[in-house]
Amino acid sequence: MALKIVKGSIDRIFDKNLQDLVRGIRNHKEDEAKYISTCIDEIKQELKQDNIAVKANAVCKLTYLQMLGYDVSWAAFNIVEVMSSSKFTYKRIGYLAASQCFHESTDVIMLTTNQIRKDLSSPNQYDTGVALTGLSCFVTPDLARDLANDIMTLMSHTKPYIRKKAVLIMYKVFLKYPESLRPAFPRLKEKLEDPDPGVQSAAVNVICELARRNPKNYLSLAPLFFKLMTSSTNNWVLIKIIKLFGALTPLEPRLGKKLIEPLTNLIHSTSAMSLLYECVNTVIAGQYWESVGNLCVQKLRILIEDSDQNLKYLGLLAMSKILKTHPKSVQSHKDLILQCLDDKDESIRLRALDLLYGMVSKKNLMEIVKKLMLHVDKAEGTTYRDELLTKIIDICSQSNYQYITNFEWYISILVELTRLEGTRHGHLIASQMLDVAIRVKAIRAFAVAQMATLLDNAHLLTGNTQRNGICEVLYAAAWICGEFSEHLENPMQTLEAMLRPKVATLPGHIQAVYVQNAAKLFATVLKGEEGNTDGTAAQEASQLMIDRLPLFVQSANLEVQERASCILQLVKYIQKLQQKDVEVAEEVNALFAGELNPVAPKAQKKVPVPEGLDLDAWINEPPSESESEDEQPKAIFAKEEPKHSRPRHTEVDEKELARRREARKQEQANNPFYIKASPSSQKVYQEAPGVEHIPVVQIDLNVVLPFSCLPMSDQYVKMEEERRQKERAEKKKKEKKKRKEKRSGRGKKHDSAPESEEDITPAHMVDIVTEEMPENALPSDDDERDPTDPHKALDIDLDKPLADSEKLPVRSHRAAEAQKSPTDGETENATLQEPKKKSSKEKREKKKDKERDRKVYDIQGNLQDGSQVVVSVIFENKCNSFLKSMEFNVLDSLNSKLQRPEGSGPHDGLVVPFQLPPGVSNEARFVFTVQSIVMPQKLKGTLTFIVKNEDDSTHEKLDFKLHFTCTSYLITTPCYSDAFAKLLESGDLKSSSIRLEGVNMPFHHLLARICFHHHFSVVERIDSCASMYSRSIQGHHVCLLVKTTVSIDAKCDEPTLLGNVLDEIKQTFSQC
Amino acid sequence: MRFLLLFSRQGRLRLQKWYTAISEREKKKIIREMTTMVLARQPRTCNFIQWKDMKIVYKRYASLYFCLGVEHEENELLALEIIHRYVELLDKYFGNVCELDIIFNFEKAYFILDEFLMGGEIQETSKQIVNRAIESSDMLQETMEEYMSKPAF
Repeated sequence: MALKIVKGSIDRIFDKNLQDLVRGIRNHKEDEAKYISTCIDEIKQELKQDNIAVKANAVCKLTYLQMLGYDVSWAAFNIVEVMSSSKFTYKRIGYLAASQCFHESTDVIMLTTNQIRKDLSSPNQYDTGVALTGLSCFVTPDLARDLANDIMTLMSHTKPYIRKKAVLIMYKVFLKYPESLRPAFPRLKEKLEDPDPGVQSAAVNVICELARRNPKNYLSLAPLFFKLMTSSTNNWVLIKIIKLFGALTPLEPRLGKKLIEPLTNLIHSTSAMSLLYECVNTVIAGQYWESVGNLCVQKLRILIEDSDQNLKYLGLLAMSKILKTHPKSVQSHKDLILQCLDDKDESIRLRALDLLYGMVSKKNLMEIVKKLMLHVDKAEGTTYRDELLTKIIDICSQSNYQYITNFEWYISILVELTRLEGTRHGHLIASQMLDVAIRVKAIRAFAVAQMATLLDNAHLLTGNTQRNGICEVLYAAAWICGEFSEHLENPMQTLEAMLRPKVATLPGHIQAVYVQNAAKLFATVLKGEEGNTDGTAAQEASQLMIDRLPLFVQSANLEVQERASCILQLVKYIQKLQQKDVEVAEEVNALFAGELNPVAPKAQKKVPVPEGLDLDAWINEPPSESESEDEQPKAIFAKEEPKHSRPRHTEVDEKELARRREARKQEQANNPFYIKASPSSQKVYQEAPGVEHIPVVQIDLNVVLPFSCLPMSDQYVKMEEERRQKERAEKKKKEKKKRKEKRSGRGKKHDSAPESEEDITPAHMVDIVTEEMPENALPSDDDERDPTDPHKALDIDLDKPLADSEKLPVRSHRAAEAQKSPTDGETENATLQEPKKKSSKEKREKKKDKERDRKVYDIQGNLQDGSQVVVSVIFENKCNSFLKSMEFNVLDSLNSKLQRPEGSGPHDGLVVPFQLPPGVSNEARFVFTVQSIVMPQKLKGTLTFIVKNEDDSTHEKLDFKLHFTCTSYLITTPCYSDAFAKLLESGDLKSSSIRLEGVNMPFHHLLARICFHHHFSVVERIDSCASMYSRSIQGHHVCLLVKTTVSIDAKCDEPTLLGNVLDEIKQTFSQC
Repeated sequence: MRFLLLFSRQGRLRLQKWYTAISEREKKKIIREMTTMVLARQPRTCNFIQWKDMKIVYKRYASLYFCLGVEHEENELLALEIIHRYVELLDKYFGNVCELDIIFNFEKAYFILDEFLMGGEIQETSKQIVNRAIESSDMLQETMEEYMSKPAF
C-alpha cells in the first residue's frame, strides 16, 4: 500500500494532468503563451518516457493545446504510439488526438494502416468503434484503398453498433477511393432494410448523400425508399428520404405523381417545422407544382408571418427558390416581402432584397427602387448599405436594363448613390454610368450634363479621405464628359473643373483619365471656337492647359506623367500655331475621332480557334527526357517559348478558304447563339409601336437642382408617372375614337383595367448597343463542374454487374505479394491465393452450388517477444451454409512450431473458438515459436470444418501455407536521428546494398511502401535521401539509406537477415 | 456537415470538429471568421448565415455558442435540431452541463460527439442508444483506469 502511494506520487511529479493544465492556463491569463511553452517542454519530457500512461496523458494535453491553436504536428509519432496501446483508455485518447491533428499530408498516417486494421478486427466492439470514428476523420486515399475490404466486412458485423459506424464511414471511403463504390454497394443497399433502426438510418444518410450528387445512378432505389418513406416515423430519416426524392424527381417525372399524396399528407399533418420545410423544398424542386404548389406558398406565407426569425428567414429563402420557376406565385406576396425590408434582422432584410430582385417589372421598378433608396438613407451598417446599393444596381441592370423605361431616372439614381459615404462600391456605380452612357445613345446628352455637375462638385465626393471608394465615380464622370464632349453645354467650364489642383490628390488611374479627357475637351473647345473670328476663347483654353498640366507632369504616377507631358507638348505646339492664326481644330479633333464600341466581357474567350491550328501540338519537338537533371530548367524554358511564337500556318489554297468562309457564314446565320452585329439587336425596342412619336420630355438643364440637395430621381418618378398617364390618356382617346367609329359606349370597363406590362413604352428611343463579339464566336461557355469536386468521381453506374477486376483489394500477409513474382515457382504459392483456388477446385469436383464454401484467409504476422510470433487469421464464411467445428493445424518444422495447449500431441490441431454463420467473419490468433529468424519460412497447414446445411452436413478440409518472411519478423520501431547516428558509428553493423530497377514512383510513395510493407520507420529525410530504421523481434537493428536514385544502402548486425530483407524489398518493387 | 465549433462569448474556442480535410491554416482562418461573425450578430436575429459555399447554423446556449457549418443543400432546421440534440446529450452526461464541464472534460465532449455524429453524418438518432454507448465505453475505461483517478476539478 505504502509502496503504491510512493509510486503514485513519483509518477505525478511528471504528471500534470489535463485538468491541471486547463486550470494552469486559466490562472496565467497574463502570460499564457509563456506558461504554455513551459507546459509543452514538460510534455516533451513526458513523451520520452516508456510509460504508456504518461505518454497518453501527454498526448491528451497536446490535443487540448492543439485546440487552442498550437502546432502539435511534431508529436504525430507519439500519437501513433498511444493509438496502438492495448488499453482502451489510452487507445481512445490516441485516436481522439489523431482525429484532431492528422490530415492527409501527415506522413505517419502510413504507419497506422496495420494498427487500424488490427483494431477493426478487435473482439472488443469499442476498440473497433473508436478506430472507425478516428478513421472517419483522417482517412486518406491509401488508407481507404487498404482498408475498404475490412470495413466492408464490418458492415455485416453482428453488433449494430459496429454496423452503423461501418456504414457511415463507407461514405468517406467512397470519396477517397471511388473504386470501392461498386463492390460495396450491394451490401450498403442491404443495410437499408437492416433490423436495427440506427443502421438503417445510417444507410439512408449515406445513400442520400451519394444520390444527391449523382442522382441518376440511384433511380432504381426509388421503390425501396418509397416504402421506407411511407413506413418510417423517424423525422430525421424522413427528412433525408424526402431530400433524396427532391434530387430524384427531376429525372423521373412519374415519381413525382406518386409522391404527391404522401407529401401532401406530410405537409398537412406534421408538426415538425424541419420536416415541413424539407417537404416544401422537395415540392419546389420537383414536378408537382400544379397540385401542391399553392399549398406550399400558403405554408410559406405562414412561416414568413411567424414571429420566429428562423422561420421567417427560411420562408423567404424558399420563396426565392420558387421565384425562379413560378414568379407569379411569389409576386402576389409582394406586400409581405416589402414588409420584411423593415425587419430589424439584417439577414432577413437581405433575403427580402434577393426576392425583390426577381419581382420587379417595368411597372413597379421605380416604386421598389424608391423604397430601397429610403432604406439606403436609413441604413446604419455600411455592409448592409453596400448590399442595398449593389442590389439596386443589380435590380436595375438585370437582363440588359430590361425593366428601365426611363434612363434619366436611372442616371439620377446613380448620381444620388454617389452621396453614400464610405461605400466600397464606387467602382460598381462608375461602371454602370459608363455602361449606360455608352450603350444608351439617347441618354448621352443628359448623362454628360450630370457628369459635368459631378466633376464640378468633385470636392463633395473626395472631401475627406483618400480611401473613399466613391471617387471611382469621377473616373467615369471624366471619361463620359471627355468622350461625349460634343453634348457639353459649357466645355470650357468642365475643362477648368478637370484641371483643378485638387485633382492631383486623386488616385493615379483616375488622374490619368482626367488628363486624357482634358485633352478631348480641349479639342472640343477648339472646334467650338473654330468659326469665331476672335480666337481669344481658344487661346484661353490653350493657356489654361499649359498652366495646369505641369502639375501632372510632376506626378509620381508614371501613367499620369507620361500622358501629361505628351499632351503638354502637343498643346504648346498648338498654341504656337494659334498665334500664327492657323486653323488647328480639325487636326486636333482627328486625334480623338471614331467611336468606341462596347465589347462583350467574354468576347476574347469566344474567339474560335482557326481551322488547322492545333494549340496543343508541339511546335518544336520537346527535348528528349534522357537529358541529365541539371539541364531541366533549360528544357522547361524551351517548352514554353514556342507558345509566344506565331501560330503555324497551314497551306490552304484560296478557293478552299473562300469555301470555308462561306460555310462559316452559313453556320453563323443558323446558330441561335451567335450574337449578330448591332443592327438586328435593336429590334427589341423598335418593335414597340410608334416609339418615334412619343413626346420626349424636355429637360431644362438650367433648372437642375444644385448638386448637394439632389433627390432628383423623385422628380423623374413623378415625370414618368405623368408621362405614362398622358400616354394612357392619349391611348384611351385613340381607342375611344376607334370605338366610336365602330360602335359607341362599350369600352368603359376596359379603361379602368390596370395597365399591363406591354403598355408602358420607354421614354426615350433607347437603342441599347449590343456588346461586340468576335466573328465566329463560339457558343459554348457553360460553367463546367468543378473538376476538383470529389463527388464527380462517384458518378458510377451501380446497376451494372460487378466485374472481377473491380473486387476490393483483399488484405493479405505481406508475403502474399511476393508470390506473384515470376522467380517464385508455382509451388511457392501460399496463404491467401492458395486456399481460394483449392476451394474452388473442391467446388468443381463436388459439383455443388457455386457459392458453397468460399473463405478468405487473411494472415497478419504479428510479432511480440523474442521467439514468439502471433499469426492472426481472419475466417470469413462466404457461402450460404453454417460452418462449425473448425480445426486449425500446421505441420511444424524444426525452426517454427505452433504452440499447442499442454498435454496435446505435436500433431494435434487447434480448435477455432467460434462458429461462422453465413456472411460472417471472425478472427483467431495462433502463437508460433521460432528459433532463428534470419531465414524466411513456409509452413503447411490444414483447416478442417463441418459445413452444415438445412438437411445435411459434410466434413471438409482446406489446405493452406503460411509464409513467414523475414520482413514479418521486423517491428516498426521509432528511432531518433542521434541514436541512429550512434548506431551507424558503432561499427558493429555489416553493410550491403541493392539497386531497384525500373521503379518509377514519387520518392515519398517509395518510402511509404517500404514503411508499409516492410515495417520500417523514417528516421530522417533530407532532400534526395532518407534514412530508415527497423528492429527484428530478436533485437537486430536494420538501417537503410534510401536514395532517390532508388538505390538502398543497408546495414544490419546480421548479414543473412539483411540479405533476405533486401531481397524481399526488391520483390515488392519488382511488381510495380 | 463540414464542421462543428464551440466557443465562448469571448471568442475562446472550446471544441472543434472537422468533417472535411482542410489545412491547419484554413481551419484557423475559418475559426477566426466564425467567431467574429457569429459574435457580431445582434440578439434576436435568425440563426443562419450564408457564408461562402456553405450555411452556418449557430445557437447560443448560456455562455457557449454552438456553430455548425453545413452544405448548401442541408436543412437548416435539422442542423438546429442536431445542435440541440448534442446539447441534450451533454446535459444528460454531465448533469446540467455548463461551460466549465466542457473545458475540463473536453475529451468527453468529443467522445459524446463521436457517438452522435460521424464523418459529418448523424450516426444515431436515439438518445438512449448514444448514452448507453458512452456509458459502456466509459465503464471499459473506468475499470482499467487506476492511474488517472483524480477528481475532475
